[in-house]
This record gives sequence, structure tokens and C-alpha cells, in this order.
Amino acid sequence: MNNVQLRQVGKVYAGGVEAVRAISIDIPDGKFCVLVGPSGCGKSTLLRMVAGLETISSGEIVIGDRRVNDLDPSERDIAMVFQNYALYPHMSVYDNMAYGLRNRRTPKAEIEERVQEAARILEIGHLLDRKPRALSGGQRQRVAMGRAIVRKPRVFLFDEPLSNLDAKLRIQMRVEIKKLQRALGITSIYVTHDQLEAMTLADILVVMNKGKVEQMGPPLTLYERPATTFVAGFIGAPPMNLVPLPEGGLPGLKLAKVPGSGRLTLGIRPEHFELTAPGTGPHALDIDVTVSAIEAVGSETFLYCAVGGNGPEIIVRVAGKSEIEAGATLRAVAEAKNLHFFDDETGVRIAD
Amino acid sequence: MEKRVTFDGKLLPYALLLPQLLVTIIFFYWPAIQAVYQSFLIQDAFGLSTQFVWFENYTLLFSKPEYFHSLLTTLVFSSVVAFLSLSISLLLAVQADKHIKFASGYKTLLIWPYAVAPAVAGVLWLFMFQPSLGLVSQAIRTLGFEWNPLLDGNHAMALVVMAATWKQISYNFLFFLAGLQSIPKSVIEASAIDGASPLRRFWTITFPLLSPTTFYLLVVNIVYVFFDTFGIIDATTGGGPAKATETLVYKVFHDGRLGGDLGGSAAQSVILMVMVIGLTAIQFRFVEKKVQY
Repeated sequence: MNNVQLRQVGKVYAGGVEAVRAISIDIPDGKFCVLVGPSGCGKSTLLRMVAGLETISSGEIVIGDRRVNDLDPSERDIAMVFQNYALYPHMSVYDNMAYGLRNRRTPKAEIEERVQEAARILEIGHLLDRKPRALSGGQRQRVAMGRAIVRKPRVFLFDEPLSNLDAKLRIQMRVEIKKLQRALGITSIYVTHDQLEAMTLADILVVMNKGKVEQMGPPLTLYERPATTFVAGFIGAPPMNLVPLPEGGLPGLKLAKVPGSGRLTLGIRPEHFELTAPGTGPHALDIDVTVSAIEAVGSETFLYCAVGGNGPEIIVRVAGKSEIEAGATLRAVAEAKNLHFFDDETGVRIAD
Repeated sequence: MEKRVTFDGKLLPYALLLPQLLVTIIFFYWPAIQAVYQSFLIQDAFGLSTQFVWFENYTLLFSKPEYFHSLLTTLVFSSVVAFLSLSISLLLAVQADKHIKFASGYKTLLIWPYAVAPAVAGVLWLFMFQPSLGLVSQAIRTLGFEWNPLLDGNHAMALVVMAATWKQISYNFLFFLAGLQSIPKSVIEASAIDGASPLRRFWTITFPLLSPTTFYLLVVNIVYVFFDTFGIIDATTGGGPAKATETLVYKVFHDGRLGGDLGGSAAQSVILMVMVIGLTAIQFRFVEKKVQY
């Protein structure tokens, strides 16, 4: 069993900066865990702590049944893919992949077999004699992956491995990483700041902010029921509309039912709006809006609208093309099941 | 459209080059040509008569065992100093590259010896190792070792090697440190994850990636030991005892200035000149391209 357990893991840097605060995550064997969050949220630090490249200030990390806190990176039986690939520039592709095996005194014939196998899977067999500098970005990325998979480690660690690739290649490699991880069944931890990468790759998605876990779980659960306004604003593109409701209500916005008391933030995803003519209703939510800008991307259209004519801005998604023009006044309505309420002060979801 | 600053007329560009050209010609080419010419002449001891003898100075030189002795001394001296100064400075640089306390103070201190003039460095070491009064000599003697660089050629050699090495470590240290810092940290981390012990990491990753720096320093160090150690030798041992520390450069000075053999001395300096040209050529050829990895 190669599950990974983080128990109350914390990191305090010299000088007292708390990069990671008491994080507990349980990753079952063979699952793909993605850590996502804005830069500086501690996700890379956490990954490097699992790798053994950063010391652990508090808590413990367990891989399989071994506590690894005090083990050297080399003893943890992990493989890591770095953002800049970190290939050995003076070694050929073959030697790059064979290096880890040679360090572990693997027999020569087995090294040959494993490198060839990895090269075949990643389609880099024709590059084995080249030096890294003679490779394109995408090829280097594949070699970095190859170096990780030849070792057959207990755990794969990925530190933003796709962020140096262009958009098209990134999507392609994203799919390949997913397939590869499924095929090999190796427990993986993947760090990214790209929410789309996070959503598509993860079995377990962990959203981090300021060194803490905001929410974790299956990606669609986070999408459908974000626990905080931070998660709501981070997951989904464009993100969930978050409208703070002032006391006495917002002009142009009518809610059929308001849960609880106190100041609230209303959350609603752009795709959950329906547009109707002004004056229809009532629905669970009716908002009179004025369209201020339109973004048409072909398959869908995003309308930037001002609530009540001059209130806060919300984004409404319309499938396909839209005939609506800027300046139009409309009514945006939504069903009760698609409304999210958060405490305005703490940002925490209000139970529904 | 390309815009280039151009000079009107031909005179100004040459006038601007003139000072540098003059310095080069007067202080480099002229003496060099003089030396080559001088090496074809034999002068009597009083400088009263001069005779043009073609290569006689050279054949005479190569027929003397002292010259080969001096060549051997130089080779031993330079290889030991180059090896020691490179390895010690690499060791220091590797330590400084780690995150240690007071790293900047440590680095500054290591750079200081480079600012010391060779002759002063020689005198400092001479004082420390002076057989009867030197602090280090006294310490060595209390350990029961009969230290006397004034009489024992090996001791004298050890002394100049130490002084010359100490002097060169700073320079090498700076280059090694810069070289180490230009190696991406993630490459080292990757090799740690790949199961390499710190020592193996150094020999399989760090050292090969430092090879352009090491090669450059090797050439610079050889040139340094061949030529710039004159001051140290002159101040500490004066080439002695019994020519045990007489390197080629020191012999040029000794034979020409003290021995009055201008022709022979000139021939020696021409040979040295050829050596420098050779070393410089190697350096340009390989360092310009960088050592390929």
C-alpha cells in the first residue's frame, strides 16, 4: 500500500513565517491528489516537504507504513517532476533516465529494459542519444516524466510541470499525464495554480490559501458546493459571481428566501442564470441587469452585467451565440438549488 | 534603417586608438622583439663587445642540466600549486555555497589574500616560517620536526608552494563560487531524489557542470604559477637553497640580472613567451567555446 498521509503538517521558516499550517490530507493508494491555490499559498512548500527537500517543522508525513520525516529524499522512494524539468544538462536522455537506477545499483540489463520501456511509453525512443539542450520544451517535459517513471517509485510528485509549455501542448500533456498515472496506478501529488488543470486531473482536489486547506474533496463536489467564498472564486472559469448583500437589500435584486440572519454574500455561477424579459417572475432569484460588455467565444457568450443598472458586476453565461447587445436591460433569474450563501464576514458557506 | 555612429574622416578613429596602441607597442611588443633579438646575441661580461650568434644561446641552454632542473622544478611547483589551490578553493566554495551562518563575512575574508601583493605575501610567509624566529617554525619544532627552509630544499619548496597556493585560493574561490551558484538548485535536488548520496551528487552532477570553470582556472593557475610567483620566490627563498626553488621565471632574472648573461636570459624568456602563447591559445580555443557537456 502506497498511500500518503499528511498529519497536522506545518512549516515555519526561520524568521517566523508560517508557510504551511497544520495540514492533514489522506491520499489512498493510486489516487491523484492535486494541490491548487494562488502563488504563495504554501502548496509547493508542502510538496517539497513530502519530497524531503524542505524540513518538516511539525506534524508527520507517512508514505505507505513508513514515517518519512527524518528520511533523506533518496530514501523516500519518490520521483519528482520539476517545473523547469531539472534535467542533467551534461547527460544524454538515456543517461538522464538511467541515473536514478544506476544510483540504486540496478543491473545493467534491467536499466536498459526499463529505460527502453519508458521511452516507448513516452515516445522518446528516437531522442535517447541527445543532450537536453537539443530538445524542445515538450520533449524535455517527456524526458522529465520518463526519468520519474523508470524508477517505479511509490509516489510521483509534480511541481507545476506544465507551466512552461505553450497552451496547446499543455492540454495535450495534461491528458497524457492523466492516462499515464491511471495506467501505472502510482499515488501522485500534483501542484498547480491552474484551476482547470486541477479540476481535470484530480481524484482529490485540495484548495489551499495562506498555508491552510480551504476545502478538499472530489473536484465536482468543490465545484457544486464550495465551502468558502475563496473556493467559489477559485474554481470554475469564469468564477462564481459573488454578490455581497447589504442590509436592506440590493436595488434590482430580489430573493424569494434568505437563509438565516446577518450579512450574507450570494454566490451563483454564470452558467446557472437564465435570461428573461424584465418584469417576469417571481423566481428564487430575480436580478434586473444592464448589459455593459459582451465576450463571445463561439461556443458560449459571456455577458458582463451591472445589477440594477449601476450595482455590482456579475457575469452571465449564454450557450452559443447571443443576439443581445450592450446596453440592453434584462432580467437574470436562477433556481433555488443553484444559489449559494456565504457568511459575508468569514466567507464560510451557510448550511442549506 | 540601421543607424550607426560613424566618424567623419580617417584621422579621428586612429587618434583614439593611438594611446592603447602605444602602450601595447612600447610595453609589450618592443620588449618582446628586443628579447628575441637579444637572444641571438652574446655579450661579454662587461658589455663591451656584442656578437651575433644565431641560435647558440639556445643550444647552450639546452646543453645545460641546470636548465632542465629548473624546468622540472617549475613543473613540480606549478602542478602542486595548481592542484592544491584548485582543490582547496573548490572545497571552500562548496562550503560557502551551502547556507551557512555568516556566509557573506566568510566570503569577504576569503577574498582578501588576493589583494595582497606577491612580495608582501612572500614576506609574510617567510616571517611565519623563519627557522629561528617564525611562529609556525617554532610550533613545528615543538612537534619534533626539524624545519629549516633555508637549508633544506624540500622545506623551501613546501614554503613557496604554501605561499603561492594561499595567494591564489581567493581568485579560484570567487570563480568556483560563481560557477556553483549558476548550477540550478533543482538539478541538484533532482539528483538527491534520484538516490545519489551527497558525495556522488558532487562527482556526477556538480563537478561535471563546473568543468568550464575548472578548465579556465586550470589555465589561469598555470600561467600564474609560471610567471606571477616571481615575487613570492624572490622574497622567501631567492631561488635557493641550491636552486631548489629556482623556477624558469626566477632563472631568467637570476641569470640575466644577477649573472649578467643577457643573451642566455633572453633566450629563456623567449621560451617562456612561447609557452604563454601556447597556453593562451589553448585557453582561447577551448574556453571561448566552453568545455562542452
